[in-house]
Amino acid sequence: MGTNVSLEENFQTYVDGENKIEPKDWMPEKYRKTLIRQISQHAHSEIIGMQPEANWITRAPSLRAKLILLAKVQDEAGHGLYLYSAAETLGESREKMISDLQSGKAKYSSIFNYPTPSWADMGTIGWLVDGAAIQNQVMLTRTSYGPYARAMVKICKEESFHQRQGYEVVMKLAQGTPEQKAMAQESLNRWWWPSLMMFGPSDDESPNSAQSMKWKIKRKSNDTLRQEFVDKTVPQVEYLGLTVPDADLKWNEARGHYDFGVINWDEFYDVIQGNGPCNKERIAHHVEAHEEGAWVREAANAFAQKQAQRKKNTGAAA
Amino acid sequence: MNKDHWKLWEVFLRSKNGLSHKHVGSLHAADAEMAIQNARDVYTRRSEGISIWVVPSESITASAPDEKEPLFAPSDDKVYRHPTFYDIPDDVEHM
Repeated sequence: MGTNVSLEENFQTYVDGENKIEPKDWMPEKYRKTLIRQISQHAHSEIIGMQPEANWITRAPSLRAKLILLAKVQDEAGHGLYLYSAAETLGESREKMISDLQSGKAKYSSIFNYPTPSWADMGTIGWLVDGAAIQNQVMLTRTSYGPYARAMVKICKEESFHQRQGYEVVMKLAQGTPEQKAMAQESLNRWWWPSLMMFGPSDDESPNSAQSMKWKIKRKSNDTLRQEFVDKTVPQVEYLGLTVPDADLKWNEARGHYDFGVINWDEFYDVIQGNGPCNKERIAHHVEAHEEGAWVREAANAFAQKQAQRKKNTGAAA
Repeated sequence: MNKDHWKLWEVFLRSKNGLSHKHVGSLHAADAEMAIQNARDVYTRRSEGISIWVVPSESITASAPDEKEPLFAPSDDKVYRHPTFYDIPDDVEHM
């Protein structure tokens, strides 16, 4: 026990010194568990996040728009894979993570349980949803676990494309016909609040946050990140001539920040509990794709075995 | 083991000639050739590399973190291995 305490103390001192933890280093079991939960949840979000956007690939309004959307969805797959790899360095198997996602034991970002009925949503998601993700992920490039931090650096570089292409889609609509502008506004109305919810519960309702901050897994609180996002985004909305769907939104000169209305946390928890508009559909689609791909994974293994056998035979003959 | 389980590979990329390959992450694949194909899709979507190495993760032998002291500490007290250890007058040039 005495040894344990000092190991944990050493770990904390090491982290306090802004040193990174690498896979084979000693770490408290709870640090490992927290990271596995957070990184796998992050990976699942990237993977499930492909669905609302893939919905528009075949109906993109131009070839240019289609190429961009394809590239973006492919990036999300890549992001999921970097993150699964990072989680695997902590000893969690890929199969376990996938099965936890499919059984509902593991969560993913609630935002992806909302539907995408309009082309404008392809713009709003890139702009707001990826924008909110960037806010969080830029912080995570400095997280204390090395493999997670490195995955974040790569992801952040690619997210910037996601956000800019999204803003461009919304800008084209906002500067188009009145009908197009209305489309952009309608989409913003639906995504604004769920985007603010992406940062998670308020600090006083977020029990694990303090420990994560102490271990430098997180470096800014949920409310701080949310405020930064609002401050950055409101001028972007104004530039488009659109309106933020929040009657309480107001610049607060004294604070140097925007004040904004109360988030509907009942909706947030309800969607997490599985009652969002698309929860069932998202998981059902994932299960279906995974099961339909089983023969590919098996065939690849069979082919690999055959190739290896052939090589061995040729080697023996020579 | 599951018959649809693919083993883990570590991926190394050379970003351009003149630089060495650098570890970028890992991925799953059934064999080396497919690992290269997957690495191309996962790690080089934006011209990050011109050459890929893949190595089965199980083939890598790593030094243990608790051997850090005996392995690396001895070099810390050999300051005379560094050029700054030696006082050379400023008048002496090109050294």
